[in-house]
Amino acid sequence: MNENKRKIRSQWSTLKFLLQKEFLQIFRDKTILKMIIALPVVQLLILPWAATFEQRNISLSVVDNDHSTFSRKLTEKITSSGYFRLADYSVSYSQALTAVERNDADLILEIPYRFEDDLIREQSAGIMISVNAVNGQKAGLGSAYLSQIINDFNQEIIPPDVQSGRQNRINVVPYYRYNTQMNYRNYMVPGILVMLVTLIGGVPAALNIVKEKETGTIEQINVTPIPKAIFILGKLIPFWMMGLLILTIGLIVAFIVYGLVPAGRLFNIYIFAFFYLLTFSGIGLLISTYSETQQQAMFVAFFFLIIFFLLSGLFTPISSMPHYAQAITRFNPVRYFVEVMRLVFMKGSGFSDIMPQLLHVIGFAVFFNGWAVWNYKKTS
Amino acid sequence: MPSVTINNISKAYSSIRALDHISFDVGKREIFGLIGPDGAGKTTLFRILTTLLLPDDGTASVEGLDTVKQYREIRNIVGYMPGRFSLYQDLTVEENLNFFANVFNTSMQENYDLIKDIYIQIEPFKKRKTGRLSGGMKQKLALCCALIHKPSVLFLDEPTTGVDPVSRKEFWEMLKRLKQQNISILVSTPYMDEAMLCDKIALIQSGKILSIDTPENIIAGYPQKIYAVKGENNYRLLEYLRKNPDVQSCYIFGEYLHVTLNNEFDFRFPDKVEVNPTKASIEDCFIRLMDHRPERVSD
Repeated sequence: MNENKRKIRSQWSTLKFLLQKEFLQIFRDKTILKMIIALPVVQLLILPWAATFEQRNISLSVVDNDHSTFSRKLTEKITSSGYFRLADYSVSYSQALTAVERNDADLILEIPYRFEDDLIREQSAGIMISVNAVNGQKAGLGSAYLSQIINDFNQEIIPPDVQSGRQNRINVVPYYRYNTQMNYRNYMVPGILVMLVTLIGGVPAALNIVKEKETGTIEQINVTPIPKAIFILGKLIPFWMMGLLILTIGLIVAFIVYGLVPAGRLFNIYIFAFFYLLTFSGIGLLISTYSETQQQAMFVAFFFLIIFFLLSGLFTPISSMPHYAQAITRFNPVRYFVEVMRLVFMKGSGFSDIMPQLLHVIGFAVFFNGWAVWNYKKTS
Repeated sequence: MPSVTINNISKAYSSIRALDHISFDVGKREIFGLIGPDGAGKTTLFRILTTLLLPDDGTASVEGLDTVKQYREIRNIVGYMPGRFSLYQDLTVEENLNFFANVFNTSMQENYDLIKDIYIQIEPFKKRKTGRLSGGMKQKLALCCALIHKPSVLFLDEPTTGVDPVSRKEFWEMLKRLKQQNISILVSTPYMDEAMLCDKIALIQSGKILSIDTPENIIAGYPQKIYAVKGENNYRLLEYLRKNPDVQSCYIFGEYLHVTLNNEFDFRFPDKVEVNPTKASIEDCFIRLMDHRPERVSD
């Protein structure tokens, strides 16, 4: 009994000395320190504004064959909506088309000759919209916005008596739950926080262990009585702490800059983040057992991070991905954290709501750490 | 009981035989030198003895502890200085020493007398980062770190490679002093002059031991006369002598050629050549052993 107690105490003090050494090295590395502060601030200040789902500044080329009051009013309404930028007035459709080819215009609006006359006399007139669909999202949203504006315009010019008399219209007023103002930043910021935690939780841990291999210091460590498990713990604990620190800084920046406060409990975010960090330090550890140099480790880490981020639902909704891609996202830990962040931040979900995601991530943590430990034992 | 016992150890890396049935003992309070060229298998042997590598065949023990089964105990009692500098370059001299003392559950103060002589020389730089030390100082620090837990056996893998002659000399003097502190030392070196400073040496090449004895005995066992020969053009002289059937071997040795003869009485060196009989050195012994290896003949 006493023997066991002494053993545990000596391992505990070994871990303490290892941590002391790690922190000494981390704080001596000015680049890492700067990154810890700069990464969350810069990413949260820039990315939410840049990574937007809204389409603004769609370039529009107008071919006005009518030159009437109505045609001018319509063009004005469109350009004042804020979504469109008038690229040019073209004389003909073919000229507008060359503007599209030059990439000066994304959309062509052709107003036919006698547009106003037809509207007044026959109560109807046609308009043609041609869309450059190279950028599918821009094309889809652009034509949708444009149709909506034209629709509005239509309502305005129908004489009042006709409007009330002839038609039974259904008036749709949507209420946007959880994000009443449809502010995409509420949606992006929690996701970017995930990216930050992932970057700090996974990559440096992998690099740190490989560095010991590269510089040969691991040789010196291996001939000491330090148990392997304690050595690895000594490597991972600092990065778990840094991950949680980054998360905290990020939450503070989100509050100060965007006024974002999670609707749910912060505690749930931290609990989830802890297991998520376990997963990513496990992945980092795994990479480190397969790499001989920091360069190799960096490349492999990069490869996986890019796939993880693009297939996480952070930038593009998972539900609109093809089935095979959706299937892949099930094996992506980032996806679950993004989901949880948005659930807790926007919906205010409780602990039981994030349980499925939490179980997934715990599963990943066990899987990756198990694999890493197995491979670590095999190679040494 | 010897400090280190090596019994029929073999190790191969894919197709290369790094160690081929090696056996020898290192006695208590002995400086045992492992002398051999690069790639002879010295580092592999060190890694097996320090429990970093498993042998394919054979057994080894350090202070009676088996390197495979009792590796944990061994790690508490050996000090290892790898061939490549492997301390934390971003930590200071002091921090490195404290760290390695701490992980052995000891402190710098506890064993200070053991490292005092060496540490005094690097103490003025104790706040300096290890990466910015000179080669000789790095070696001294590495030795301090290997000694800080008062090991009973010290393994030094080419500790003086890349170190200036003065530091090399100092280093060997330190080893002599450590011997008095009841520490057994196994040290490898590619420098033949350092072999003379060991109590016992093993000449090793291509994973095989060529000879084991005290340096004096190895030299005394050299069976032939050696002539140191010097001509105006040593290279042409070398070619000439090698072609002669009476010449057994001829090789460059500093500014001289060392020549041994098959038939001492008939041979006449060419004129205008300085010829002096000379004593064999460890290097001569090593070269002779390398040339007389049975495998070489069958190749």
